[in-house]
Amino acid sequence: MSKRTVELALATPGVDGHGHPIRVPLTTEQPDLRDEHMLVNIGPQHPATHGVLRLVVELDGETVLRCIPHIGYLHSGFEKLGEYRHYNQIIPLTDRTDYLSPMANNVGFALAAEKLMGIEITPRCTVLRVIACEMSRIISHMVWLGTTSIDLGAFTPFLWAFQERERIYDLQEMWTGARLTTSVTRVGGLMADIPDRFVEKLREFTQTFPKTLGEIDRVLTRNAVWVGRTQNVGALTAAQAINYSLSGPMLRASGVAYDVRRDKPYLGYETYDFDVPVGEHGDVYDRYLVRLEECHQSNRILQQAVDRLPEGPINVDDPRVILPSKTRAMSDMEAMIFHFKQVMEGVKAPVGEAYVGIENPKGELGNYVVSDGTAKPVRWRIRPPSFINLSALPKMAEGHLLSDLIAINASVDIVMGEVDR
Amino acid sequence: MIPGALREAVARDGETIVYVPRERLLEVMTWLKETPGQEFDYLVDVTAVEYRDRERPLEVVYFLRSLKRRADIRVKVELQASEELSVDSVWGLWRGADWLEREVFDMFGVTFRGHPDLRRILMWETYAEGYPLRKSFPLRGRFSRAEQVRQALNANPEAHYSLEELSIADAAGDLPDEMRDRLRRGERGVIPEPPSSSP
Repeated sequence: MSKRTVELALATPGVDGHGHPIRVPLTTEQPDLRDEHMLVNIGPQHPATHGVLRLVVELDGETVLRCIPHIGYLHSGFEKLGEYRHYNQIIPLTDRTDYLSPMANNVGFALAAEKLMGIEITPRCTVLRVIACEMSRIISHMVWLGTTSIDLGAFTPFLWAFQERERIYDLQEMWTGARLTTSVTRVGGLMADIPDRFVEKLREFTQTFPKTLGEIDRVLTRNAVWVGRTQNVGALTAAQAINYSLSGPMLRASGVAYDVRRDKPYLGYETYDFDVPVGEHGDVYDRYLVRLEECHQSNRILQQAVDRLPEGPINVDDPRVILPSKTRAMSDMEAMIFHFKQVMEGVKAPVGEAYVGIENPKGELGNYVVSDGTAKPVRWRIRPPSFINLSALPKMAEGHLLSDLIAINASVDIVMGEVDR
Repeated sequence: MIPGALREAVARDGETIVYVPRERLLEVMTWLKETPGQEFDYLVDVTAVEYRDRERPLEVVYFLRSLKRRADIRVKVELQASEELSVDSVWGLWRGADWLEREVFDMFGVTFRGHPDLRRILMWETYAEGYPLRKSFPLRGRFSRAEQVRQALNANPEAHYSLEELSIADAAGDLPDEMRDRLRRGERGVIPEPPSSSP
């Protein structure tokens, strides 16, 4: 125990005979705090945890010794629910997992179900799904950029990012009627074709969006505060990133050039001209650079997709999979039977299993569907990218300051709907 | 054929599935990860599948990928429902298996031997209704809504911290004995089985 002497100047009652205040040496025992660790609870309701994430942090002074994440507050049992639903009825559930990029989730599940059933989708549907995926990437990265910059004290980029996001939401609303719960895909096609003026508006977006990216780049990339808060914070080497199964921008920021779109192409991504940005240091700053560049690349893909959008049907020509139109179902006997069978029995998948991984904004989103020949999957597994990326948080936060923990947690880009499912 | 494999199959998406006996899982995984020419250095996912057919064994599925060779493989271990549901943990090979194995434990009740921190992850630590993704688990849970609400209202706020966490703050010593015992019991995987009413 260390001791400290405190001199106390007493008020009038403690005056000595000469009118001077009596100074009493006071000995207090000060506890030695060097080995004391503090337990700090952050969340589950805390703006900096980006959802209902709870972090229990062991602190030595201000340094994080250990970080214990607690998740599951938003667990809704989607995988279990999926076992009781037809394939097309699962699609609304996928909206609600990663609700910051709902369209990409719809596409991910539809691709897995189609692979299981051996369905080849139409060229127009393929291109429209690419548009859906890339629009999702942009809105998800815009939310990430906005919320992270707000966490680190930059308010302006948040407003710019959310303005751009709003423009994509308008497009999503035009297409599907919903901003968040889009449910845009169906097994074998899409819920609806894009409306008139959609292409025009999307083209307008792709022309003006790079300007906002340039503004964000100018405000943040060489900003002393931003650089100081993000460089060398939460760095992971390439070997660590691989060992922790990270995916998406988290993996690429550590210098591993793996992008599912390029290395295991789906939806004809190999025919698009785009670059895969790769970081060098694997810290929060590199993750920011990778995501910012990915927005540029997504914009390039959107432009190419809009230019090549072919005419034609959006759904496969297979009455066992695609619902006939209401008019036909009401006037044609055969169409009515197919309609009845699909609504009552659902689309039957052959026995077997299929896994399709797609490059979601957060990382590799895997949909693993196992069928026993009925219209409902035996098992539907989502490989949740942000769940797996979040599992490296304790490792990344070790030895950093508490305030850096906020930056690191933001850089993971989690969405709790998907972490907890 | 991979040494140690029981049989191979091809999934509908074209990937190779390798079935491995559970005693040799760790050996095969190490071989797949470290042998030149295989180099499956990236663990994509760990999950489990239980079929509606009660006769079929429960499968623990590992998705591996070689980032260098751009190749994927799927490894499965079959566990008979009559046996003890346990396999060796691959935590030592891939740290990414940490939460993935915890989730399989949480949802299916498969124990991973050698996992350093095997406890529930999505459900809370004192969850007593069993393992939600098992086919014998009813969609609405084993307990009635009334019972679920009663348990939620009676939950101890302290029980949201693990004993380990409370020890950091020196708070574990201040707890009443009875509560400390409860936390100790609830903390590490020992979850009471629900009453055996057949679903």
